Amino acid sequence: MVKKNYTYLIMVIPAFVIFFTFHTYPALQGIFYSFTDYKGYGNWDFVGFKNYFNVFQDDRALSAYGFTFQFAITATILVNIVSLLIALGLNANIKFRKTLRATYFLPFILSVLIVGYIFKFIFTHLLPDMGKALGIEILSSNILGNPDLAWIGVVILAVWQSAAFNTLLYLAGLSTIENELYEAADIDGAGSWKKFWKITFPLIAPFFTINMVVAMKNFLMAFDQIVALTGGGPGQATESISLLIYRGGFEGGEFAYQSANAVVYFIVIVVISLIQLRVLERREVK
Amino acid sequence: MTGKKNWKVTALLILGSLFIFFPLYLTITIAFKTPQEMSGNLLALPESWSISNFITAIEMTNFFRALGNSVFVTVITVVLVLLTHSLVAYAIARNMHKKFYKFLYFYFISAMFIPFPIIMLPIVQQTSMWGMDNLIGLAFLNVVMQLAFNVFVYVGFLKSIPMQLEEAAIIDGATTWQVFWKIIFPIMKPMHATVAILTALFAWNDFMLPLVILSDSSQYTLPLVQYAFQGQFSTDYNLAFSSYLMAMLPMIIIYIFAQKWIIGGVMRGSLK
Repeated sequence: MVKKNYTYLIMVIPAFVIFFTFHTYPALQGIFYSFTDYKGYGNWDFVGFKNYFNVFQDDRALSAYGFTFQFAITATILVNIVSLLIALGLNANIKFRKTLRATYFLPFILSVLIVGYIFKFIFTHLLPDMGKALGIEILSSNILGNPDLAWIGVVILAVWQSAAFNTLLYLAGLSTIENELYEAADIDGAGSWKKFWKITFPLIAPFFTINMVVAMKNFLMAFDQIVALTGGGPGQATESISLLIYRGGFEGGEFAYQSANAVVYFIVIVVISLIQLRVLERREVK
Repeated sequence: MTGKKNWKVTALLILGSLFIFFPLYLTITIAFKTPQEMSGNLLALPESWSISNFITAIEMTNFFRALGNSVFVTVITVVLVLLTHSLVAYAIARNMHKKFYKFLYFYFISAMFIPFPIIMLPIVQQTSMWGMDNLIGLAFLNVVMQLAFNVFVYVGFLKSIPMQLEEAAIIDGATTWQVFWKIIFPIMKPMHATVAILTALFAWNDFMLPLVILSDSSQYTLPLVQYAFQGQFSTDYNLAFSSYLMAMLPMIIIYIFAQKWIIGGVMRGSLK
């Protein structure tokens, strides 16, 4: 094809223009306003890096980062353990495999927000009632009302919902492993524990990497779960970064300040994703 | 695999699946109970399976209007995504050796790492200024937000399709458009399924984008309606749960009939 083909250009240019207008341009605007004192309306002035300094001195922002990390790291680890176990089980020679697989994938298709409301009822009414009836101290109070424990409720909801997708990814990984490898290991007399660490885990390492990175990224962006379960409370104990940006930006007149917060947040997500990829991929090579 | 079934693992998995079913069991039973029954055993089955909660919830939340809004946004989003994203991905995949298309590819997929909050505040101002704070605007933004991931998946798939078929068609005098619509678009069917499933699930269940974009409560989608009625729901769990159940039911029904297809589609996407 020597002749220049303009058809391809016609195919991509509209998408390019639209994507720039509705994605890149607002992102640039956000970065631009982060250097101003814009409230979302009216006049504004440049203030340099003032908003950025303030983010690092703002107790509410720091506590949002603290909670989001604590939640995201715990949930990422738990989700990966749980979904790897489920995937190993589903990959074994079991009865009702299709039905069980469909069951464990079900949470993926449900609205996080609505499931969150259902879990809220479980935490605030069902568990305390059961705890009281059975005389179990830990269960008898509403954990969502306790600033030190509320985040655990968010973790439980997140694991329940996200394990579905991660399980599927691990299943996809497990299906790529040849059965002969296990048969050879059997001949060598390897136990199941050894087979898992020597064969299974190294071979699904790429899926482990993807799962860790995707889960972590999604949990760092947590919003629906928290709106449904705790609304960020009690106090601001479970206010995630997304929720803080939403509240401050729309309800608090902090357009510029929360834009700066969003830029910091963006950098944090990119850096964490890159570090994870680096570290985990190096493990894979070994 | 050997014929001997592993019953121990089967039993463990069945036990574990109770955790999945439990919240749903609770939702269904509470949705059919009366407020008086809530003071008794919460785990018990309803005494009389009354549908009055559903009737009240339908009227109160204007359920069918919200359902219509959700269907509208989901259908428009999926149709636009399938038609446009596959086209863009095709142009990119067949020109990856050129600098501009390579740049476009990485430009689009890099958006996967940009958290929505960074564009949230400006885009809300932009959409309301341009009169896009409605369902059409929402569907349009859905298409923009999904571009990154879908281009990634489609391009990955197109790389695996041999060029001979297209080259033969071009020799026969077909234009690039004809090649795309007559040959490539039909070939991409398995990927269309994956993209359609993931996009539909996103558009149907999304909460954040509708929350910030839609200004008129008559256009609220199903998740947003549950959020908007929390004030009224907090005193009447039976009403709330019947509303939640109805909001989740369309997806659950589709899932029951198409679960094999849905799981297969998502799995195909994840292998790319």
